[in-house]
Amino acid sequence: MENWLMLTLVGKDRPGIVAKISHALFEMKGNLGEASMTRLGGNFTIMLMVCIPESKTVVQEKLQNICDELELFFHLDAIEAGLHQHIEPDVRISIHGADQAGIVASATDALNKAGLNILNLESDVGGSSESPVYIMHIEGIAGKGFDAVEQALQALSRKKDVVARMTPIDTMVG
Amino acid sequence: MALLNILVYPDARLTKISRPVKEFSEDLRKFVRDLEEIFRSFPGCVGIAAPQVGRFERIILVDISDKPKHVNHGFLILINPEITFCEGSSLGREGCLSVPDYTGKVERAKSITLKALNQKGEKLEFQMSGYEARAVQHEIDHLDGKLFLDRLVSRRNALSKRVEIPAKP
Ligand SMILES: [Zn+2]
Repeated sequence: MENWLMLTLVGKDRPGIVAKISHALFEMKGNLGEASMTRLGGNFTIMLMVCIPESKTVVQEKLQNICDELELFFHLDAIEAGLHQHIEPDVRISIHGADQAGIVASATDALNKAGLNILNLESDVGGSSESPVYIMHIEGIAGKGFDAVEQALQALSRKKDVVARMTPIDTMVG
Repeated sequence: MALLNILVYPDARLTKISRPVKEFSEDLRKFVRDLEEIFRSFPGCVGIAAPQVGRFERIILVDISDKPKHVNHGFLILINPEITFCEGSSLGREGCLSVPDYTGKVERAKSITLKALNQKGEKLEFQMSGYEARAVQHEIDHLDGKLFLDRLVSRRNALSKRVEIPAKP
């Protein structure tokens, strides 16, 4: 049976993190699967699926040395996983406006009630430190249809004074 | 007859450049029928290009009439298609029969003028935009040995859409 682990890693951003971590996994004959690696507010973050013959304890020990050296925190979880299980989103949502407390909570709560299953969410704070702007992009599946999502976004837009839009995603296969 | 086989990435043949059709013979018409048969066997698929089944000639089929929301020209058999004018750009999600289990965002021209020949070698010309124009551009890419993977816009860049201004010398 395939042994999949999810590696979660975070630390102050510096050059070489990805190269050193992926090299260490490669040396243990690890096969990388899907991953999300990104810089968030000066930190570098990794969520990475790896299929590896070594036990979690062995992987833990080897990564510990590298992570100590690079001052990174990490965590490993045994997961039930596999590849080739992509789900297609059917709607894209953009929300932006003046940054305010609770915007993600209200938005995602409204969207959850409207039947949206979130597959991907990315958010950023832009603008200046005096007037920060919050920008959020979501891709997901509208489980209760587009109208429900549209109505939820209109209500959110009025209540929180943000711009909230949705566009159906119509994937072209050819 | 048995269905043709779809070449699947990373099959190197998908990067071959297809040659123009020169003879508008019965053989061409028979191939187009076979190509249509395999094309119709994939519900939801709106286009196919001859090199995807290993025939390296400039022939594509496009039919988006199952997507009634989008303006379209019905079922198109396009031989030696050529985009003679394009305008605007739009970002949309694409998948491909030759790239299973993956879709991604691709930037394409919004509107195009398309010239092609039909099965008899007669000239055709279309103005198209949006979804249909995207399908045609995707299929013509196959004729030039390109896949949508060669044109992916990364997730985060696609979102922030920052305008990059080139530095002045
Ligand atoms: Zn394709």
